[in-house]
Amino acid sequence: MTLQEVLAIIEGKVISKRANLALVVEAACGADLMSDVLAFTHSGTLLLSGLVNPQVVRTAEMSDIKAIVFVRGKVPPPETIALADEKGIPLLATKYTMYEACGRLYRAGLKSCGLFDLSQHPREGSSSGG
Amino acid sequence: MSATEPISEERRAEITRIQELIYELKIGQIMTRKLIAMSPEQTMAELKDVLRINRISGAPVVEGGKLAGVISIEDLIKALESGEKEARIRDKMATNVQTVYQDESVVSAVNRFAQFGYGRLPVLDRSGELVGIVTQGDVVRGLLKRMQIEYQEEEIHRYRASHIFEDIVSDQTGLILRYRVKAKDFVSGGEASSKLKRALGRLGAPPQVARRVAIATYEAEMNIIIHTDKGGEIIAEIMPERIRIVATDSGPGIPDVEQAMQPGYSTAPDWIRELGFGAGMGLSNIQACADKMTLNSTMGVGSRLEIVFQVK
Repeated sequence: MTLQEVLAIIEGKVISKRANLALVVEAACGADLMSDVLAFTHSGTLLLSGLVNPQVVRTAEMSDIKAIVFVRGKVPPPETIALADEKGIPLLATKYTMYEACGRLYRAGLKSCGLFDLSQHPREGSSSGG
Repeated sequence: MSATEPISEERRAEITRIQELIYELKIGQIMTRKLIAMSPEQTMAELKDVLRINRISGAPVVEGGKLAGVISIEDLIKALESGEKEARIRDKMATNVQTVYQDESVVSAVNRFAQFGYGRLPVLDRSGELVGIVTQGDVVRGLLKRMQIEYQEEEIHRYRASHIFEDIVSDQTGLILRYRVKAKDFVSGGEASSKLKRALGRLGAPPQVARRVAIATYEAEMNIIIHTDKGGEIIAEIMPERIRIVATDSGPGIPDVEQAMQPGYSTAPDWIRELGFGAGMGLSNIQACADKMTLNSTMGVGSRLEIVFQVK
């Protein structure tokens, strides 16, 4: 799915100074926990997040994430946008919640970044946000 | 390009870069600034000479500093056929003119060429003043020039770097990169890993290896930022067959290394959790990325994390 299509589906807006809307994303991942993104995504993924600090962009850079969508109408601070422009990672924003933004993209055919076994749950009673 | 022919990865990267440039480059950067404009009062015979001498196929028509229309070689041919050599340009020009602004992306010019079949578009600044003209040829030349500059720059870096291992002969050649990491400096967190990832690319490491190293180093870097008081250091030893990362700090140390290794165990403060880190996934993430990982820690002295990646 191209970023142009993503933009239409989430009725979003481009917030980075440069964005190649012809880029193709192969799967998507919705997360506020950056360690999960680092652990479970593949190159070519679209990241949806409610976090707007520069580390979201760093995480994307390290994991070869193609683009980031900020949900719930959040707009990132200038340092996040500056880092994304430097690294060539397009930033988009949508008014929809994480749930609805992900739901819209999934319904339109953008697949998830994988399946996980329940047995992989780390520790009983831990509050890990997987 | 045939639609049935599979596109190679390398080719795909090139195509993507061209698409990116179409959005990145501004029309003002690629347009022709040397304006050859006509006045509406001039005749078609005068136009014929201007087109012939300058070897162009059309020109904007300007009246009082503002764009009044566009006159093309097609208009000239029609006028000559019907013996209207002395007709005024005013009566033969197209007045319903599509224009673009100089601060628009090249893509808007490309779209308009495709949509209307025009060969040229007058370029205006935001005050409506005519500042240049853009043709399909300008677009192609602008993209090629920019691609060539970028390609050469990155190629030179890549060439120089990837030859280190061949040019410098020893029984075992390695490159040591040292990065200092400041404690609690969350904003610049990731800079060391970012620089390392770029270096690995230039040294010719396979993208999947570079990605694994970058993710593991980033987690290690964030651990130093989050958990230490004085910061620490990341040393990358790069050899053709393996990459070794050593992250050291001078305390406080990890009380129970085995416990710290368990996924979900964390001692990170709330402010770090709110920033999307500190969920106790870091060390297990590093282990998953690495081929070998060793963590030693002494309370009050510091910690040493060694991560090894096999390249071949």
